[in-house]
Amino acid sequence: MKIIVAAKMVTDPNIKVRALSDGSGPDLASVKMAMNPFDEIAVEEAVRLKEAGIATEVVVVSIGPAKATETLRTALAMGADRGLLIRADQPVEPLAVAKLLKAVVAKESPDLVLTGKQAIDDDSNQTGQMLAALLGWGQATFASKVTVADGALQVTREVDGGLQTISVRLPAVVTADLRLKEPRYASLPNIMKAKKKPITEKTPEDYAVNVAPRLTVIRVEEPPARQAGIKVATVQELFQRLHSEAGVL
Amino acid sequence: MSVLILADHQDERLDEATAKAVSAAGQVGGDVHVLIAGQNCRPAAEAAARIDGVAKVLIADDPRLANRLAEPVAALMVELAGGYDTLAAPASTSAKNIMPRVAALLDVMQISEVVGIGADGSFQRPIYAGNILQTVTSADPKRVMTIRTSAFPAAGAGNAAPIETVTLTDSPDLSGFIGSELSASERPELGGAKIIVSGGRALASAENFQTVIAPVADALGAAIGASRAAVDAGYVSNDLQVGQTGKIVAPELYIACGISGAIQHLAGMKDSRIIVAINKDPEAPIFQVADYGLVADLFEALPEFRAEIDAKATA
Repeated sequence: MKIIVAAKMVTDPNIKVRALSDGSGPDLASVKMAMNPFDEIAVEEAVRLKEAGIATEVVVVSIGPAKATETLRTALAMGADRGLLIRADQPVEPLAVAKLLKAVVAKESPDLVLTGKQAIDDDSNQTGQMLAALLGWGQATFASKVTVADGALQVTREVDGGLQTISVRLPAVVTADLRLKEPRYASLPNIMKAKKKPITEKTPEDYAVNVAPRLTVIRVEEPPARQAGIKVATVQELFQRLHSEAGVL
Repeated sequence: MSVLILADHQDERLDEATAKAVSAAGQVGGDVHVLIAGQNCRPAAEAAARIDGVAKVLIADDPRLANRLAEPVAALMVELAGGYDTLAAPASTSAKNIMPRVAALLDVMQISEVVGIGADGSFQRPIYAGNILQTVTSADPKRVMTIRTSAFPAAGAGNAAPIETVTLTDSPDLSGFIGSELSASERPELGGAKIIVSGGRALASAENFQTVIAPVADALGAAIGASRAAVDAGYVSNDLQVGQTGKIVAPELYIACGISGAIQHLAGMKDSRIIVAINKDPEAPIFQVADYGLVADLFEALPEFRAEIDAKATA
């Protein structure tokens, strides 16, 4: 079984990103970047499937600026076999990402595409579903457990009220939720080895995909900041204030 | 101008999120229709017909639509899409699964988690864990969007809209339902609760959630929430996680107990009307967003708090 993992380079999840004062976009100058945490989980799942002898090859794809090569190297150090960077210096919307990935799938013919359920920068939660739609494949989103058997997957999904288990015929698209796998830290020897693994670079034009955005960003702004309130000294004071001042109890 | 809302429902009942999506759709303008897709879902359709502002309810009652698997429901939405300018749904896990599939099949870029609708046709949505609000317009011929329901009030329930049957003609057979494990709880749903009592890593065990958090929640008729740390540690089930990638909530009162206040957690609760933080660490970031902060050991404070509630109830 061949697996493609789509991994996005995003801002480090521990950083509180601010808006530029002119409202044109997020202030990303000198902000630390990292692989989207959910995509890291997807990479881990793919590598585990390879280690279990189920997957034969893991190809990791990233769409982004030259720096996104670092995200590919991280995935290669975790155990992916080769990388593909589709170079795009402007943000690419999920619909266009899905179209690019569809074109990659046409060339690579994987049995499974894995990606994170959501990128923590634009918080769209769309790419996997859109890719499955464009390919006419089944989808299993928000996966917390994946098992492979007889040309199909059994996937446990995190849903609002708890968990749901479905079967999906292969080929399919699966998006990873938080608890699918704990991503490993790459060992130093594996980081060194990853430097020798191949990374191909392409452009959206190579796939004849128009990545012009459909949404126009009018402005961005920070939501009104919540002011810290008061410290209360005792539980009794807290209760009194919630009752008589805030009127919520 | 007309809007089709994919309802959030459990066949025999309608989730409150649907009435919130209807009030959001009212701001988009035009007739609002609600689609109930499922199996034996007449009760949900009847509940949807009572929502104020709904011009028509469409019901698709079909075994292929049972459990609302993404592929058949998306196929149905696409079949119906021709009559609408806007396709919307509350941003539940069900709709988040289905709507992007609909959008891609229509070659439309979805607008996710809409929190504001401008009179000029613009939409506001949070990005970067809610630290930034983005205002966008769409160049697509149709709009496909999910609505963050915590940002909109629920529409009233005094209506009697007509219910019309629609059918799914072509359904791709790509996935199948095996089973579900839904958390059984007498407590309110996190998404609709007026009060939420939430616990973090400091709870230290699943038992402590039951013995320290639950009595306070039950005395207040509140839902129980948790931080990612508490869920990861196995103290409560995954569906109670409040945060950027868990539930986004905005209750009247949110009581954060032993939660430090990571960016990802704040993203899920910072729009609550009143936030209370109880934490031993006076430097915990949660205090920066709390209206009322109590620096205390939650194992002492919460039983005392419960006693205050009981004292008031009997007063």
